[in-house]
Amino acid sequence: MTEATNSPRGQEAGSSPVPSASNGAAPFVEMRGISKRFGGVRALTDVNFTILAGEIHCLAGENGCGKSTLIKILSGVHVPNEGEIILEGKSYSHLSPAASQRFGVQIIYQDLSLFPNLSVAENIAFRHQVETPFRLTRQQAMRKQAEAVMERLKISLPLDELVGSLPIATRQLVAICRALSAQARLVVMDEPTASLTHQEVDALLATIHGLKSHGIATVFVSHRLDEVMTIAERVTVLRDGSNVGTYRVRDIDRRRLGELITGQVFESSLKAPFLTEATPALEVRGLTRQGQYAGVDLVVRPGEVLGITGRLGSGRTELALSLFGMNPPDAGEIRVNDKVVRLRNNREAIRHGIAYVSEDRLSLGLVMPQSIADNTVVSVLDRLTGALGLIDAVRRNQTIDHWIFQELRVKTSTADRPVQQLSGGNQQRVVLAKWLATEPRVLILDSPTVGVDIGAKAGIYQVIDALAARGLAIILISDEVEEVLHESHRILVMLSGRIAATYDPHRVNEQELLEAIHA
Amino acid sequence: MQSKTISSPVGARRATFTEWIGRDPTVTMLCAFILAAALVFGALTPTRFFSGETFRAMAFEMPELGILALAMMVPLMSGGLNLAIIATSNLSGLVTAAIVTSLIHPSSSPMAVAGVIALALLAGMATSLLIGFITGYIVAFLGVHPILVTLGTMTAVKGISVYVTNGGVIGGFPAAILWMGNGTLLGVPVSMILFIFCAVVIALIMTHTPFGVAVRLIGSNEKATRYSGVATNWMLVGVYVLSSLLCWMASIIMMARFNSARAGYAESYLLITILAAVLGGVDPNGGFGRVLGLFLSLILLQEISTGFNLLGFSPHLTEAIWGATMLFAIFIALLRNQWSLRLWRSKTAQ
Amino acid sequence: MRKQVRLVFRHDGQLALIIAAMAIIFSIVSPAFRSTGNLVSLLENYSVMAIMAAGLLVVLISGGIDISFAAIAAVTQYVVALILINAGGNWLVAFALAAAFGGLLGVVNALLIYYLRALSVIVTISTMTCYFALLMFVTEGKSLFNLPDWFTDDLTFWSIPFPVLVAAIVLIITAFILSRLSIGRQVYGLGGNPEAAKRMGSNVLGLQCFVYGYSGLMAGIAGLVQAHRVEEVVPNALIGRELDVLAAVVLGGASLTGGIGSVSGTILGIVLLAILQNGLTLLGVSSYAFGFVTGVVILLSVSATAYTAKRQARSSARHAV
Repeated sequence: MTEATNSPRGQEAGSSPVPSASNGAAPFVEMRGISKRFGGVRALTDVNFTILAGEIHCLAGENGCGKSTLIKILSGVHVPNEGEIILEGKSYSHLSPAASQRFGVQIIYQDLSLFPNLSVAENIAFRHQVETPFRLTRQQAMRKQAEAVMERLKISLPLDELVGSLPIATRQLVAICRALSAQARLVVMDEPTASLTHQEVDALLATIHGLKSHGIATVFVSHRLDEVMTIAERVTVLRDGSNVGTYRVRDIDRRRLGELITGQVFESSLKAPFLTEATPALEVRGLTRQGQYAGVDLVVRPGEVLGITGRLGSGRTELALSLFGMNPPDAGEIRVNDKVVRLRNNREAIRHGIAYVSEDRLSLGLVMPQSIADNTVVSVLDRLTGALGLIDAVRRNQTIDHWIFQELRVKTSTADRPVQQLSGGNQQRVVLAKWLATEPRVLILDSPTVGVDIGAKAGIYQVIDALAARGLAIILISDEVEEVLHESHRILVMLSGRIAATYDPHRVNEQELLEAIHA
Repeated sequence: MQSKTISSPVGARRATFTEWIGRDPTVTMLCAFILAAALVFGALTPTRFFSGETFRAMAFEMPELGILALAMMVPLMSGGLNLAIIATSNLSGLVTAAIVTSLIHPSSSPMAVAGVIALALLAGMATSLLIGFITGYIVAFLGVHPILVTLGTMTAVKGISVYVTNGGVIGGFPAAILWMGNGTLLGVPVSMILFIFCAVVIALIMTHTPFGVAVRLIGSNEKATRYSGVATNWMLVGVYVLSSLLCWMASIIMMARFNSARAGYAESYLLITILAAVLGGVDPNGGFGRVLGLFLSLILLQEISTGFNLLGFSPHLTEAIWGATMLFAIFIALLRNQWSLRLWRSKTAQ
Repeated sequence: MRKQVRLVFRHDGQLALIIAAMAIIFSIVSPAFRSTGNLVSLLENYSVMAIMAAGLLVVLISGGIDISFAAIAAVTQYVVALILINAGGNWLVAFALAAAFGGLLGVVNALLIYYLRALSVIVTISTMTCYFALLMFVTEGKSLFNLPDWFTDDLTFWSIPFPVLVAAIVLIITAFILSRLSIGRQVYGLGGNPEAAKRMGSNVLGLQCFVYGYSGLMAGIAGLVQAHRVEEVVPNALIGRELDVLAAVVLGGASLTGGIGSVSGTILGIVLLAILQNGLTLLGVSSYAFGFVTGVVILLSVSATAYTAKRQARSSARHAV
């Protein structure tokens, strides 16, 4: 097993990939020289991927690097054009979905693929319903099976609850139980931690170590570096459909991994201190909403980037929505340019110059099937209206030309294309264009780089810097500590709905911030 | 963004008119269907199909279904549906008819007649506006699925019509009203003029007003549209009010053509309007649709109906063919999508 | 399954309470309401609707909708009646023919939906138009009156009228399939998360054939029972029923987005409509007012359901932290 050392890209990147079987475990599956083309597009070129029995392995790379294609070849959905898959000592040119499952390969997709309207027990044992459509369902057998799996994982789930009423983290455990109930020997998880809180990630981790103790291997597909570093034992990096290499996680650091994934070296520096004492663009005093956040004070001045960080559920998004008029606070006051304002809906917030980029770009940020043009002007429709209530076509096109093509330089030949055809980074630019068209004073960015490749992130940071330089007051909300540290002038940490501390990025390091968040 | 130099601004290229028509595959397909049907009917009944008489007949029959189809199209584009269109038309027709027949006597002066007709039409409009507002309010502010709401309003509104009339007919209108359904202006049926007027206004609204843009965006994703600062709830109320307003227009033509109003007129049109709209390229999932497509699909349906009539078949066969045309159109669209997908793949392959 | 049961009970329980309240009021105000004869004829009047509702319920749970079942019932009714008139037969033959023919037309729906990858509502509106229009075209709207005597004679079993018995059996079978048979659970799965059902290896085409075929089969039986009740076959007698049945099933708590619904709820939905109309008649309210009252009840019911769901969502969002 020397695929990693042979990898030319690994050498070019200047690191020393390790022989993968160093710990002596036997490989569960070896994929050798896998190539896959769609039409004439090369999705994978001569990729090697070896998973040892019982190991925790991470498959990392940017969107479109071929991660999911590789997984789909492993699960039998795709047939590779070249290469072999070695399982139990036998070589196969490809697998069928049934064969893949027979060998014990189970995939847990990002959406978990559970049935919200069925009970936990039924979800875990659904496979039996499929096998015998005209047989009576046996409640007892189903429960027994579910209990046996829970026993193995040393967890307990409410078997009679509907899955739809459970929190995401519990649903994930249900999905893992379902995979195990099929005698899994390898569980592949696609972006498993995307919507989990820190504690939940820890719990998941414990469960995965439980899998390991039963000799079940786990493969993570992820592009979150933190996660890869904390969970995985080994990591295989793909770039543009080719191997970069396979590494032991303890041999590399986060920065190095980022470079391996993007093939670029990033220099991140802190922002120069922000010294101006201009009138605050936005000032908040004692803002409270029962059950969500309490007593929040904050100030952000024109040209300043205020970072807010906190875990999922710390109240950060709820606070942002209140500032955007979509989640009315119970108490406290909001001042824009030193005037107290009451925001009853987001139209009033927009009128006062507040804009909000949602963390959920897919379902809240953009109307995906509709055109770039309509997505850009939707926020300023009333300002473009001319005689007879008709939209002034000239001003509409000027707005689109200006923001989409000149300012944000979205890569597209025409603004009539559906937004969903753009890449993640370009989609985020359309969101920014939409909000900049409203000529805001305050721009609230809620996790603006979620789901954006590391390479494209840099572009978005540039835009943020440029906007701040123009005098916009920016609130940057993110749970990626590194992002907040390097992009803000000042950092607030939110903890259970309260502002727990304020930091100067020059006087705090990543580790201290992380500890503050998870205190 | 001073840091960004505008190296080569990629100007948005705007499509020319022919491209605008030609790039819409639904329009192309419908034109082809219309042409093909014309050739077939023309070959079978050459002298009668291509005659002024036939075109006049078509122009008289189309507006009724046409305006109702527009009333269905607007909610469809917002991602909803209005099952109450026929019931709304009938009730506002009945209100108008009741006022006209009870206040106009043979002895009334022309001025009085005109006044009463205006009053009656306004009362009909008010009725439909009220129904539209209630429907829209429940859909938007209570968040009930439009199928359920309009199923309820349909049943209730029709119930009112039946209760008030005991299932009977109100008829006998002054000439001015009959003229709107049966008269012509410069040789063109007045009802056709009304329909084209409605179609143009709706086309303008859906493409060139903030409301229209918002409705299309709501049809694709209501939440994202709300997050962009659109008052989506009120837009949805507007959708059902506009739909009901079109029902009122349809009610006038129906009244004039039947010379009466009744609770149960035109009920078979309800599901046909959905068929016509979807055949015309309106996405039943919401978000997309063009009045031009709907117009062409109505021409096609009317052509089939008139052609079969000339050939001496029963109107029922026409309806069967309408249903089959719909399925065939879905089939063509499926083939087209697969084909363009393959084309797209081979293009991106380079 | 406790939680699920609880959820179902909540909706069913509310409906049952409303029904009980109405029944009590009507029986106090109008003694005729509580007479056995009235209740039996009430059940008989709604048996055809109940049979169709059983089929539609299964389709709704699978996440689809069927608009064509009334047309299928009409076509099947006519075809089976013609065969019985011309070739003779007995009840067994009649049921077999109706089930087979109705099921077949339903499977046609399923195949069209699957292979054309189109919305079920659009496809079934199209097939409804085709089926019904062809029926009217071929029969020229002529009714059949000369049905065999064995077919039209009133039948009762243990003083239960035949249509009520058929409806009861059909509902029990449907409930059994949905809650106890693997394929029923798969139908729930398909409605709850179609993508997941596919990934778990459910045969989606097979399930859809079953679901729409079942709806067609039920429509066929409903058509047969209806012909038996009215002792004639009128081609357009059943047309327009599709939305009534849909209203009843939805009143019974079935969701239009799939995955949710129960036979018990559907029965309660029908009983609610039945008692309402019957009670109003006995109270001397003009039968012309039924439509209005029914519509208002539908509006109130769906609004109340949506309103509670909205409030729950809001309060759970508040306590998320």
